[in-house]
Amino acid sequence: MLEIEDLWVDVEEKEVLKGVKLQIPQGETHILFGKNGSGKSTLLMTIMGFARYRVKQGRIAFSGRDITHLPVYERARLGLGLAFQRPPVIRGVTMRDLLRECSAAGISSEQFVQQYNFSEFLDRDVNYGFSGGELKRSELLQLLVQDPLLVLLDEPESGVDLESLQLVGEIIGRLLQKECRCEKRQKSGFIISHTGFILDYIHADRGYVLSDGQIRCFGHPLELLSDIKNMGYEECIQCQR
Amino acid sequence: MSEIKQKAEKARDKKALLGADVNLKDFARPKESWDYDSEFQKFDNKERDQLLRVGVELTDVEHAATFMQADASVVHCQVNMPGIEVLPVAEAINRYDWVADHLWRLVPVDTDKYTAQAELELDNGFFIRVQPGVQMTLPVETCLYMRTHGLAQHIHNLIVVEPGASLHVITGCTVHPVVSTGLHIGVSEFYVRAGGRLTSTMIHNWAKDVHVRPRTAVLVEEAGRFISNYILLKPVGSVQTYPTVTLQGKGAVARINSILVAHPGSELDIGGKVILDAPQTRAEIISRSVTVGGVCVSRGHLIGMVPEVKAHLECRGLILSENGVIYAVPELEGRTAGVEMSHEAAVGRIAAEEIEYLMARGMDEDQAVAAIVRGFLKVKIEGLPPGLEEEIDQTIRETGHGL
Repeated sequence: MLEIEDLWVDVEEKEVLKGVKLQIPQGETHILFGKNGSGKSTLLMTIMGFARYRVKQGRIAFSGRDITHLPVYERARLGLGLAFQRPPVIRGVTMRDLLRECSAAGISSEQFVQQYNFSEFLDRDVNYGFSGGELKRSELLQLLVQDPLLVLLDEPESGVDLESLQLVGEIIGRLLQKECRCEKRQKSGFIISHTGFILDYIHADRGYVLSDGQIRCFGHPLELLSDIKNMGYEECIQCQR
Repeated sequence: MSEIKQKAEKARDKKALLGADVNLKDFARPKESWDYDSEFQKFDNKERDQLLRVGVELTDVEHAATFMQADASVVHCQVNMPGIEVLPVAEAINRYDWVADHLWRLVPVDTDKYTAQAELELDNGFFIRVQPGVQMTLPVETCLYMRTHGLAQHIHNLIVVEPGASLHVITGCTVHPVVSTGLHIGVSEFYVRAGGRLTSTMIHNWAKDVHVRPRTAVLVEEAGRFISNYILLKPVGSVQTYPTVTLQGKGAVARINSILVAHPGSELDIGGKVILDAPQTRAEIISRSVTVGGVCVSRGHLIGMVPEVKAHLECRGLILSENGVIYAVPELEGRTAGVEMSHEAAVGRIAAEEIEYLMARGMDEDQAVAAIVRGFLKVKIEGLPPGLEEEIDQTIRETGHGL
């Protein structure tokens, strides 16, 4: 579903990604680990197409189509959906307005709003005064109505208490069709995780370690996480797998 | 010559403290009068559309009363509910001795040459009085309409909301589609008696060389409430207005909301002042301004005269054009200990991250900007008839999309 080839990206004249290569097949969920500043968010933002992230070299393809230079909204309309780690506040635009605007054809936000107890937020300005957990719920709810094929999540567990984490995991599972058998899933996921907590709630197929703008290691995400916990990122990077 | 006339004479050439100076000689005075139109039959479709944009539906239905003045002529004045009186102000002056005493009490006649003109060459205006304890469940619709090109229109309005009464006045001010230049001088003095409630919603839709000089002052007595909503979304030559509200009685409340769009060539200097002169009074001034190439000075001044008062001022501006200017002037003046006043002012562009956030949800850049501008301008106005609310929303949507 997603193919990235030799991707080099500058942010404000600074080289951040240096030849990233990876593939995410349909139905699979991949996890991206890495230290702060390794380039994880830059990779997700570049896949989504934000102007600040300049592709100097390489190619991003989605469902076989080259999207390297497509504007953000066209990528969204093709089926890419991103949950931001720190979404901006938009004063005056209510959650109700936003959910109505971004709902995919045939999808009503109503059922999700009820199910995930979001009614009281509908008339509030987008992200205004939301707690960490509320921000994540808001982001995921937007993705539920947007119904993307490729779900990009930037640290979905950050700022979320343990109780809410279960709900976050449940919504992510729904977004990624985890209730279906592997071969029947149409949705794919690419998730940045610092702590790996999210792996307690969703099954992931593959993990990567990003360091200094390069993929330095890959493998089963739980094994990678275990290595990182036991030996730290440096050891993990040294193995050069 | 009366003392008031003498003062007006002396101020005949007095420039206003704020706003661009307008040469009064550039505008003619109304010579012809328009016929009274009890059934609103004498408006063509283009005029009807124009009037609808400021919420004037040309009907007496769903209104407690209706008043319409075209140039100097009162063409319609109809009361539909008991407990309220609506008259042309000139007629009210003749009918009631006390009316003259209420004119020029809140707005000094010698404020500037515009107030002087309104006294020296008054065209007319509306007089509205709600009897004590009467709750007007329907709004009063007033319309000040400039039907002839190049004219100066001089208006003086008086509203008295007696103790415990309530009223919502919706005033649409606009020009005939062929009018592109003119001067509108509108003096308004509102009295809100103890426990009374007055909401004044004013929608302006002028033309690119029309200059507008409202002069408004409001007195609110104990436990009274005054809300002003001012909406200006379309091109205009210049508008300078600075309504002053005095909260004179304990527990009185004032709220002044302005929603403004400055188009290229428009000079807006719009503000509001609230004097909190009694304990437990509260005030809020909220201004949302957008420039798409014009100049918008957004002023607000809160004066706390006594302890135990609470007030907040919020001026927010969006600059959507390289040539646009927004100048926010928030002023807080505490004259005693024990006042609680705050302000928030922010002027700038739309943050790129907000636009991109919405683009990540599938909106293109124009749609994202439009959504943000719509949201920015959307200040909830209570008590608007649904038709007018939809009309304002539609104009805001068009404004957002036209950027």
